[in-house]
Amino acid sequence: MANLTINGKTFTLDVEPDTPLLWAIRENAGLTGTKYGCGIAQCGACTVHMDGVAIRSCGISVAEAEGKPITTIEGLASGSTLHKVQQAWIAKDVPQCGYCQSGMIMAVAALLSEKPKPTDADIDEAITNICRCGTFQQVREAIHTIASA
Amino acid sequence: MNKHVSPKMNRRSFIIGTAAVGTGLAIGLDIPFGGPAVVRAADGSPEVNAWVVVRPDDTVVIRIARSEMGQGSLTGLAQLVAEELECDWSKVTTEYPTPGQSVARKRVWGDFSTGGSRGIRSSQDYVRKGGATARVMLIQAAADEWKVPAAECTVAKGVITHKASGKTTTYGKVAEAAAKLTPPADVKLKDPKDWTIVGKGLLRLDTADKTTGTMVYGIDIKLPGMLNAAIKDCPVFGGKVKSFDEAKVDGMKGVKKVVKVGDSAVAVVADTWWHAKTALEALPIVWDEGDNAKVSSETIAKWLAEGLDDAQPAYVGNKNGDVKAAIAGAAKKVEAVYNYPYQNHATMEPMNATALYTADKCDVWCGTQNGEAAFAAVLEASGLPAEKCDVHKVMLGGGFGRRGMTDYVRQAVAIAKQMPGTPIKLLWSREEDMTHGRYHPITQCKMTGAFDADNNLVALHYRLSGQSILFSLRPEALQNGMDPAAFQGVAQSGEAAFGYSVPNLLIEHAMRNPHVPPGFWRGVNVNHNAIYMECFMDELAHAAGQDPLEFRRKLMGKNPKHLAVLNAVAEKIGWTTPAPQGVYRGIAQVMGYGSYVAGAAEISVTDGSKIKVLRIVASTDPGYVVNPAQVERQIAGSFVYGLSALFYGGCTVKDGRIEQTNFDTFNSMRINEMPKVESVMVPSGGFWGGVGEPTIGVAAPAVLNAYFAATGKRIRSVPLRDQNISFA
Repeated sequence: MANLTINGKTFTLDVEPDTPLLWAIRENAGLTGTKYGCGIAQCGACTVHMDGVAIRSCGISVAEAEGKPITTIEGLASGSTLHKVQQAWIAKDVPQCGYCQSGMIMAVAALLSEKPKPTDADIDEAITNICRCGTFQQVREAIHTIASA
Repeated sequence: MNKHVSPKMNRRSFIIGTAAVGTGLAIGLDIPFGGPAVVRAADGSPEVNAWVVVRPDDTVVIRIARSEMGQGSLTGLAQLVAEELECDWSKVTTEYPTPGQSVARKRVWGDFSTGGSRGIRSSQDYVRKGGATARVMLIQAAADEWKVPAAECTVAKGVITHKASGKTTTYGKVAEAAAKLTPPADVKLKDPKDWTIVGKGLLRLDTADKTTGTMVYGIDIKLPGMLNAAIKDCPVFGGKVKSFDEAKVDGMKGVKKVVKVGDSAVAVVADTWWHAKTALEALPIVWDEGDNAKVSSETIAKWLAEGLDDAQPAYVGNKNGDVKAAIAGAAKKVEAVYNYPYQNHATMEPMNATALYTADKCDVWCGTQNGEAAFAAVLEASGLPAEKCDVHKVMLGGGFGRRGMTDYVRQAVAIAKQMPGTPIKLLWSREEDMTHGRYHPITQCKMTGAFDADNNLVALHYRLSGQSILFSLRPEALQNGMDPAAFQGVAQSGEAAFGYSVPNLLIEHAMRNPHVPPGFWRGVNVNHNAIYMECFMDELAHAAGQDPLEFRRKLMGKNPKHLAVLNAVAEKIGWTTPAPQGVYRGIAQVMGYGSYVAGAAEISVTDGSKIKVLRIVASTDPGYVVNPAQVERQIAGSFVYGLSALFYGGCTVKDGRIEQTNFDTFNSMRINEMPKVESVMVPSGGFWGGVGEPTIGVAAPAVLNAYFAATGKRIRSVPLRDQNISFA
């Protein structure tokens, strides 16, 4: 059993401590917005926030996540008000297939909370998610739109 | 604001109106565009015809048969229907009919297949007619109610007006009556110059759910009592399961069952997928790997190289003049051998499908590029007839051709069949996905060009050796053994025609089919054909001492559409003005999927091995552009996919199996490696070409030709990681 705090809610989950956080979130907490892409912390589809920092949830265990606040894509909005990244993503029509975008949005939200006006170099350094559809151009434009708002 | 609704539809979405009760589905079947029996959507709203449902609140539900996988055709197809329907775009929503429903109604929605850049171009005619027919019926219903001639009524944004009497009504109010009318035998489609919805870069209809984590992909399906399966197929293609020791995983947490799947795979079914995967990794499996275990990249390369020899048999795909005589008598000869490797699709969402099998029913939920092929696979794997099966399509986490295959659907059904009554979600690990793909085919190409004394190109011999996709996947499409698709981009005519005129030309294919299963990988045969031909054109230009653009232009006089896109990129990138210091340019063009495309790249190179792609310009003429914003994204995405394959891709074979197992060894471009793509759309009208794939053909050669301009070195082998060349 493990207690996880996800999106401000406590989940008591029947999982082994070495279960990757990703699978506890998806299968035990039932929050499927966080995606499985590689399982080896390469692609970023599983990006969530832990203690406000973007992490790849496939690469850390439930034991490591216990006691730390976790935010998933489902918890990014404030009530019915979407986060500014989500709003910009809709306005700029960023997603194509959209599968990687939960992780992309979480990575961008973390970047903007640290650097509200990131340069292209900041974006290049912080956003390392794989997108096979190739939405990078729209991702960059949307980030700059938010930063200049 | 548009209501962005993800396309979902439950299996009871269609019920037949009371008029049809007793005669059953048969009434609806014969009247694809309406008729006396009202067919109703799940909420009771009437179908005006198979493509259009209008709700009493004026919401227009447009049916989409093709699959959305990110390419935007769901929105584009809705635009085409809405254009003719003259409805209010802000009230449009979409839904997927199921393949089972379509088959039960004599395939009223036509082809579901979403590959070959066909989504829009192959259905534009009948979906526009669907919209136009519905418009005529809706207006007629209003006219009948008002007892005025329909010709005196007009419509705009779903509001019908009879000017003389001042009467107005809306689609929602007359839909019920319209659905009962006999549809017009023929309708006139709008002149493209009058389009107001088509041709606009409207926002997609499916975005909002993709930003909140609520969009449902196959991997997200949840059903009551559902169990999860992880699978391992024989690592050597063509191998079989010899034995497995399920006692070793019996007591492991969550494990419910270990099952053999076909001859070649074993799956563990557990409460969670993580438990299933953990147990699968602990499960001892003995494989009968067979003779294919002796195959390696080296043995394949050697076999393909033998096919480059003129003494070996080959199929001729494009020919004029006498190449051999012309080469023999030429003043100068240039020769080069290129190769292109296997590539995995690596969709971000690994293959998966959820199946529920009972003795008299089999339902599958999955992302698929071909609903009807998936449906046929369910029938075959379940052994049940069509009326007892269905496929419920969800959003695809990428397709790129991979999800046109049905292997994962068959596996899910095969597992579910061994656990009747329990829904089973089968998910492949990334490792399974990487090592059991349907790979971009492997080829080599030997090209010989010959010049006369004045440096005119008098002969071109293009000899391809390697794998045929159709041989493996659609043998019925072979023509006396020849794979006509092997000549995509270098064909004599048709939708992927060669753009150059050379007096003596021979383009041939020595078909050699290794055991690694090939598949349709975004761009398909255009990829390697464009790389080979466009890089070699660059070689020929330099051998002739001519500018690569001018050299091409001289050969393209008879192909003005090919030439127009080439000119468009040349102008946009400023080809005739010198590049900034340290910046080098490359250019390429090709025709594929009925569209003409060209690309140009500006790069810098450090230490001969670090490439920075600074700028990309791409031009396309697809005839008509339905949604320029989405076309722009397909063009840019094609460069990401094509350059990822060029720099990082390539699947190698050792002991009969694929060596790359995850993104650490089969990497993909990131945002820092991708420059802005400047798109130039030059739709010339009069034909419908595709946009999802053709541009990928020019991505790699534009960069490779720029690399030569920068370094004087030719790269004739992909991927660049094997040449120790990387992004800067």
